[in-house]
Amino acid sequence: MALPVYATPLERLWHHAYRVICVAIFVFLIVPILVVIPLSFNAEPYFTFTPEMLSLDPAGYSLRWYDELLTLGMTTPEGVRDGAWWEQVWAEATWVKAAKNSIIIGFWATILATVLGTLAALGLSRPEMPYRRLIMAILISPMIVPIIIIATGLFFFYSNPCAPLALFGLDLQCGRLTSTYLGVIMAHATLGIPFVIITVTATLSGFDQSLIRASASLGASPRTTFFKVILPLILPGVVSGALFAFVTSFDEVVAVLFIAGPDQQTIPRQMWNGIREAISPAILAVATILVIISIALLTTVELLRRRSERLRGVSPG
Amino acid sequence: MPADPFVTAPPALLTTSDGRPLKAALAQAQGRARRRAFLLVAPLLAFVIFTFVLPIAQMLQRSVYHDGFSANAPAVRAWFAATVPGTPPDETAFAALAQDFRQMKADKTAGLAGTRVNYTLPESRSLFTATARKADDLAPPYRDAFLAISAKWASPAVWQAMRSAASPYTSDFYLIATDFERADDGTPRRVQENQRIYVYLFVKTFVLSGVITLLCLLLAFPVAHLLATLPMARANLLMILVLLPFWTSLLVRTSSWIVMLQGQGVVNDLLVATGVVDDQNRLEMMYNQLGTIIVMTHILLPFMILPLYSVMKVIPPSYARAARSLGATSWTTFRRIYLPQTLPGIGAGAILVFILAVGYYITPALVGGADGQLISNLIDFHMDKSNWSLAAALSAMLLAGVLVIYWLYDRLVGIDNLKFG
Amino acid sequence: MKRLLILSTALTGLAVSAQASDLTVMSWGGAYGAAQTEAHVKPFAAKTGIATVMVDSDNPATPIKAAVEAGNVTTDVASVEYADAVRLCDEGLLEPIDINALPPGADGTPASEDFLPGAVTECGVSTDIWAQVYAYDTTKFPEGAAPTTVADFFDLKKFPGKRGMRKGAKTMLEMALMADGVPPAEVYATLSTPEGVDRAFAKLDTIKDQVVWWEAGAQPPQLLADGEVVMTSAYNGRIFNAAVGEGKPFKIVWDGQIYENEMYVIPKGAPNKDKALEFIKFATSTEGLQAQAQQISYGPARKSANATEIIYKDGKTVMGPNLPTAPENMANALESSFEFWVDKDAELNERFNAWLASN
Repeated sequence: MALPVYATPLERLWHHAYRVICVAIFVFLIVPILVVIPLSFNAEPYFTFTPEMLSLDPAGYSLRWYDELLTLGMTTPEGVRDGAWWEQVWAEATWVKAAKNSIIIGFWATILATVLGTLAALGLSRPEMPYRRLIMAILISPMIVPIIIIATGLFFFYSNPCAPLALFGLDLQCGRLTSTYLGVIMAHATLGIPFVIITVTATLSGFDQSLIRASASLGASPRTTFFKVILPLILPGVVSGALFAFVTSFDEVVAVLFIAGPDQQTIPRQMWNGIREAISPAILAVATILVIISIALLTTVELLRRRSERLRGVSPG
Repeated sequence: MPADPFVTAPPALLTTSDGRPLKAALAQAQGRARRRAFLLVAPLLAFVIFTFVLPIAQMLQRSVYHDGFSANAPAVRAWFAATVPGTPPDETAFAALAQDFRQMKADKTAGLAGTRVNYTLPESRSLFTATARKADDLAPPYRDAFLAISAKWASPAVWQAMRSAASPYTSDFYLIATDFERADDGTPRRVQENQRIYVYLFVKTFVLSGVITLLCLLLAFPVAHLLATLPMARANLLMILVLLPFWTSLLVRTSSWIVMLQGQGVVNDLLVATGVVDDQNRLEMMYNQLGTIIVMTHILLPFMILPLYSVMKVIPPSYARAARSLGATSWTTFRRIYLPQTLPGIGAGAILVFILAVGYYITPALVGGADGQLISNLIDFHMDKSNWSLAAALSAMLLAGVLVIYWLYDRLVGIDNLKFG
Repeated sequence: MKRLLILSTALTGLAVSAQASDLTVMSWGGAYGAAQTEAHVKPFAAKTGIATVMVDSDNPATPIKAAVEAGNVTTDVASVEYADAVRLCDEGLLEPIDINALPPGADGTPASEDFLPGAVTECGVSTDIWAQVYAYDTTKFPEGAAPTTVADFFDLKKFPGKRGMRKGAKTMLEMALMADGVPPAEVYATLSTPEGVDRAFAKLDTIKDQVVWWEAGAQPPQLLADGEVVMTSAYNGRIFNAAVGEGKPFKIVWDGQIYENEMYVIPKGAPNKDKALEFIKFATSTEGLQAQAQQISYGPARKSANATEIIYKDGKTVMGPNLPTAPENMANALESSFEFWVDKDAELNERFNAWLASN
């Protein structure tokens, strides 16, 4: 983006102004995310930089909010930090429980969304697929429909999951899915599906369908063809779709608010509580951990994307 | 068939090696392929229909259905069915009502029935609960007995409202959701000015979403352009600055902004420290409309940058150079050559951002304060208050708006072209 | 369809088997939820061996309707506001509770005479009497220059600074009218007229641009502590716990506050109905009510529980003068009218929302 030699002085001025504007926008994008990191080490229960922090005095910094993440919700947080203490943290601490829930729910929602989504993407990318556009539109819509509408619908539906069957003349009363892991997992899988479909069909668009015929002509069963030919080639797309699905679940709070019970409180749900009621710097400690996780995820996806493009013969970039 | 040189035989059917007509075989093969393709999609489709389409349909049905009164007042319902609208209630009607009220008292459903009538005619609920409390004392002549409890029972408006509520299917909730009410004779009219809210909030939601979309576009354009024109290695590095917010939890970003913008927050502290504002007049940037706009712009910005970037990346720089060499100024080049080529990206990004903004819930709920709330927050409010039919009516209207934009997006951009990262 | 049916049956079987606890109590979280956990849930579990869990909610009355309608109640006991207890009971969503089943007072007075008037309804038993008060930051308004009346809350000239207010019509309209000079006895009569409602909103208009709105009970002490507001409406117990429990410089103004009973109720079809009743008997006994009052400054609704002095959990603060029921605090207090709010809640909240959203 070098300035051409024929640029007028006004254009030169604009060029520099443009650079400044871009820097300002990048600052706007990134500073709010990074600002929580130093603040989470604040020794005081404030959300601003104390004079001690600014003068880099070690006394202004502490790990107390990270410690609170471990001790909040424990019956006996004091005491020697031995094996038994850590066991208690593992079993009782509110944030640890929330983290466990987030991971369990995210994991199963991801598996569900990825398996069903990959299969569907394979079908959707076949030229013979009937009603392709309509079905695609339906499968993508969980991403488009406002989450409050989805959550409201699920709230009623989960109270009696068999009620919609009344449309088919079946009047059944079966258990409920509210306050269950299964309910939250299914909801999160639904929300993650569009991402899997989008990333996997994108990968499949560069996939050479003749490879399937070649494999079949060499005597491979459809199963073998899938696992030995198709899957290795589309794997980057599947994995990044799965990562999107996981992040969607890991970040989701509205459906959890409506349908989860006390046993399924996730990290975002706890943060929601914290922000609404008493925003303590412990929230910033969680935020810092999450930012670090997202940096790790971002790196993974970036590497996958490059690998995928290399495999498809597209120049990286 | 023996060959006859004088008769032109119908062209022999092409057949496969096993003797079947090729056309049929092809059709069969294609049919099989279609079924196969469909079978791959079927499990997911069934899953999505079951956990997404049906629940929403079932919820939306509530926007036209409320059987709180009709299910609990069978006798009065029968009387309404037997008479034409506008019939003044006679002794039979009051007797039927008395019968229903005794049952309602026993079943404790007077509140439910009253709630339904209350939607059509405010202040009816109390009439129902008060009457139900005395239901056991009702004795003929029933008309006088009811009037002794409340003179309102003689009011035609009450009977009109009950007639309206006697059918479980109703359009009343859509009336309420568009700031209308029923006059005493049952005709719709707009509610008093100081009680109008829904249309205002819908408009506000769409206007705010438009403002946010515009801000996103203004901020995204230079950044996307920079990323598209920088050398690949540096662009990739800067791309991380765009993707990191995209991958960071919504709640993390929202709480960061609270920390940044609140009265005792980082930005205000900075301004006070540098003497730009004094301590007494800290800027109010949080818990109001401004807070909602700032935070949502930040959250949705990557959704604008990414589609813009993917379009700008493939615009050949030679066009601009050609324009310049033909004597166009840089502004003309931008306006006439570059900008039109970015339109698909602008369209894709703008529609995506707008569609996401219209249905936003979390951020306005946390940072919106009083005047930064959107329609989603009002739906939540009515869910909380158990006004489910009203929440469903509002949801249906919001959903309709979103689906129209979605349809537009599909027409203009194509959902296949949705990409991330 | 058949497959779907089998699948859904299997799935829901799984889902139903996932829950297991003997008794679930739902309350408001924060300092209040903690008080009920300490005073009722833990001792009850210890005494009876019934595994009792406490669950937080923004408003425990909200989920009851959905659960009962679907026939899938998971909560056994809920702590709800008085008007909600009456409304839910009217709608047949709660189990009736027989006042004669409740234990007599510590002095042997039958429950029907021991409870304060109105404290036991058809479906609910009072766990305490709380008040919606306003409190201020004493570092902003030193003694002598501090607000003392409800009218002062609306006086931006004498007491400049941001106000915190509950985002909802209930209690805020009453407060506005009392600040406008309406005596407590006439508040609901005034609010029943359209002019009265206009008057309340007009009063709210005078401070609207200075108000920070809160929703959860834990927010107001936080807003005061953060310096985001100089005074705020709040539940008195939350302010007390922040001031006495955590030593924050907050002071409650006992003028024009609105008090009401908080009720324990049993949702219709609760899975452990008998145990739920046992819990309520335990929690609303003289000792149970006193135990809660040692945790948070809400007044017990039994005469026998007020007969002896209650000491806060810090071991030194006498609760009496801090309770909404203390005679010296009642001089200009208003009892919340459930009849009024059961009927008008929806309508006035509509109006409130419209007012709030307009600029």
